[in-house]
Amino acid sequence: MAFGTATATLWDSIKRTMSTPSVTAHATHAVDANTHHRISTLFTQYAHCLDDDRTDDWPGFFTADGLYQITTRENEAAGYPIGLMRCEGRGMMEDRMLALKIANIYEPQHACHLLGPAEIHPHTDGSYHARSNFSVFRTMQSGDASLFATGKYLDHVVNENGQLRFQSRRVIIDSRCIDVLLVLPL
Amino acid sequence: MSATPSASTAHSTGPVSAPLSAPLDWPAEGVARVPFRVFSDPEIYAQEQERIFRGPIWNFVCMEADVAQPGDIRTAWVGETPVVVTRDHDQKLHVMINRCAHKGALVCLKQRDKQDSLTCVYHAWNYGLDGQLKTVAFRHGLKGKGGMPEDFDSTKHRLQPLRVATFCGLVFATFSDQTEPLDQYLGAPMSKFLERNLGRPLKILGVHSQMIHNNWKLYAENVRDSYHATLLHTFYTTFKVNRLDMDGGIILSDKKWHHISYAKRATLDQAGEYKNANVHSAKFESNLAGPELLKAWDEFEDGITHSIQTVFPTLVVHFTLNSLAVRYFVPRGVDKTELFWVFLGYERDDAAQEKMRVMQGNLTGAAGLVSLEDGCINEFVQRGSTTSPDKRAFIEMGGKVAESNESSRATEASVRGFWHGYRNIMGFN
Repeated sequence: MAFGTATATLWDSIKRTMSTPSVTAHATHAVDANTHHRISTLFTQYAHCLDDDRTDDWPGFFTADGLYQITTRENEAAGYPIGLMRCEGRGMMEDRMLALKIANIYEPQHACHLLGPAEIHPHTDGSYHARSNFSVFRTMQSGDASLFATGKYLDHVVNENGQLRFQSRRVIIDSRCIDVLLVLPL
Repeated sequence: MSATPSASTAHSTGPVSAPLSAPLDWPAEGVARVPFRVFSDPEIYAQEQERIFRGPIWNFVCMEADVAQPGDIRTAWVGETPVVVTRDHDQKLHVMINRCAHKGALVCLKQRDKQDSLTCVYHAWNYGLDGQLKTVAFRHGLKGKGGMPEDFDSTKHRLQPLRVATFCGLVFATFSDQTEPLDQYLGAPMSKFLERNLGRPLKILGVHSQMIHNNWKLYAENVRDSYHATLLHTFYTTFKVNRLDMDGGIILSDKKWHHISYAKRATLDQAGEYKNANVHSAKFESNLAGPELLKAWDEFEDGITHSIQTVFPTLVVHFTLNSLAVRYFVPRGVDKTELFWVFLGYERDDAAQEKMRVMQGNLTGAAGLVSLEDGCINEFVQRGSTTSPDKRAFIEMGGKVAESNESSRATEASVRGFWHGYRNIMGFN
């Protein structure tokens, strides 16, 4: 049925970037309500961290060798590896955060993430894969507030000693076109 | 001064724009000054569409890789004009205005497509991949009634073609019969450097665009401006990717339309000026926590590790370390421009080399650690200057003329070169 097909497709696109490509999907059922709540809370905390400009905390949402990528629907469909941002490991994420604080020049701006409910599936190794939609509104110094990006998160979430973290978070934005520039992670 | 078209633009096709309501007087200092009015005047913008984009120049439209196979279709723009690029079954490339010969509707809507023919959705007029009209729905009516008149001649209704030329995987088009052959348009030094960077089978590694809120010429200036590059873009300087105290230079084409700016990283001889000038870009002294970002290999024996090349009016090729990309920009209004990025590698790259290009993809683009400032800096100029059309920019770094300089990039020579070419083609003398 459609549900199983969609799940397999979701899993295919998530595992494409996992560090252990040999794992295969056995994810056909949803997680229990408590796990669903915990993972959804991780997503909420991640969004609030960015919306509240706590950029120093952002790399901590990932495992030490975690992947963060922003790309477009067009690149994803064509199988092109270069999107807009790619951090492999927390070090590169820290570099990004340092650069946006002291190196990069841009007009001050604030983001507001609105998250959609997540579809979450457990994996046999105890990790989870998830897909959720988002929209991000951006407010500029002028007071101009506008829709900056819409898209989906494709996540691989692991439990590290009781702490849920992203092994990978791939952000697929719908548009090919970024208004002005992209400096804050989504 | 007079706004009369110069001889070289007199044969451009398409609508002839009205003369300016108030003539543009270019400052007596010549290319060392630019009146701010050229960035905000809608009448000048309209004249540019005619004299430049529909005039005697070659416009970059897309990569040959976008239309690699027969039946491949790609929509693009020449200035503001929407065009379709196709490859027919004889491998021939065609560029045509994306406008049905019947009612003027867009014929192709998708960015990319693969079809044996082109069909307008409005009344199903059907064209070959070469733009020739093949069939008209209900041409002979239904049940003997209706239909086109007897004298209807399908050969007189085709998609309006442009001239097409390719070089190093780049597809160019021109509206004008007067445009010189592409190799002459580029000239030998520009062609040679394009061949160095793009002259082998290419592989597209990624694409995206960004909307920048400024006149297209501010970006054309920006990519020619070697003076700003290491001052605004902190990341370059801090990690010693590109600094003005490396050996490097500026080469202008004969007409000064196109340029090359290059640097050799291995020749860095750190100048005190970066520290003494208290420039923002020299303050960031951290080492990378993720150094694999800048992992690179020497691809060429000429020692050049950073280059930016422009082809008038809207094409840019950059090669920084191993990050190779084509950028091109499309005017979307007098104060709006869409900047496209096409990240490239070579078919011959091995996995490790492609990986380095992918990681260095972080340096440029709309979120580039090096380049993201360019998304807003031109807008700052637009916002700062738009209410002062009678004032002008001062462009005297490195002199007052537009000449090549193979010893220093602390110069605005290429920017002056752009204005030299622009004034000629626009007749702003």
